Amino acid sequence: MSAPESRLRIRKQDQITIVEFVDRNILDEGNIAQIGEEIGAIVNEDPNPKLLISFANVDHLSSAALGALITINSKIKSKDGQLRLADINDQIIEVFRITRLDRLFQIQPTAREALASFS
Amino acid sequence: MASTQQQGAEGRDPRGAQVITVGHERAETESVCERVLEAMTTAGYPEAARFALRLAWEEAISNAIHHGNRNRPDGRIEVAFHVDPQRVYLRITDEGQGFDPQAVIDPTLDENLECTSGRGLLLMRAYMTRVEYEPPGSTVRLVLENPQA
Repeated sequence: MSAPESRLRIRKQDQITIVEFVDRNILDEGNIAQIGEEIGAIVNEDPNPKLLISFANVDHLSSAALGALITINSKIKSKDGQLRLADINDQIIEVFRITRLDRLFQIQPTAREALASFS
Repeated sequence: MASTQQQGAEGRDPRGAQVITVGHERAETESVCERVLEAMTTAGYPEAARFALRLAWEEAISNAIHHGNRNRPDGRIEVAFHVDPQRVYLRITDEGQGFDPQAVIDPTLDENLECTSGRGLLLMRAYMTRVEYEPPGSTVRLVLENPQA
């Protein structure tokens, strides 16, 4: 059986892995599980992961997607890595505020600002 | 396959509510959500209201599948919906034993921020005008008033 098509666009700039979503809606739980596995594999392969997740193309996400992001954040923290979220539209940033996850994640307005924030 | 009837089985649905029974397949649940969103567009709801409904729908259906029907492949969910220019009404009933909404942890507390689940109810309450669980908790009613009405 062939591997499922990636739900992510991934590129590397310096030591930072930049991840964008293929889907505009991060709602389907099968897709969310796949996204979690794909990003988890990136983190596992890197001894000092520096990851930027851009939400530039994302219109909707669910609490299951937030759960996957929390798992990724914990994995990165356990390896003393760094995670930044960026390009989140106003409606979705409100979801982060309501859940107070804007306190858990380091969120930058743009990918450019996020890239500059890595140490 | 989804099945449709015109009158609410619960009897408390608004007059004219559509009542549809669906399985857990995403295509089935999505087709009902799309019908609600289309009705909202026709009734003149702003985009922010459709975003709110989309999110609350996702959380309610996810709860019904995972917590109510315990992921049983043959599980069924009854959805009633009614859209008029003033408000959107949704009722979602699963086949589970229900739950006590008061017993759900507060995911916004510092000690719970890293919990990977438990935010669905919070989001439904934040985005809907009313969220009511009917004892024993296997039915949730959601109401969203049109901010432009």
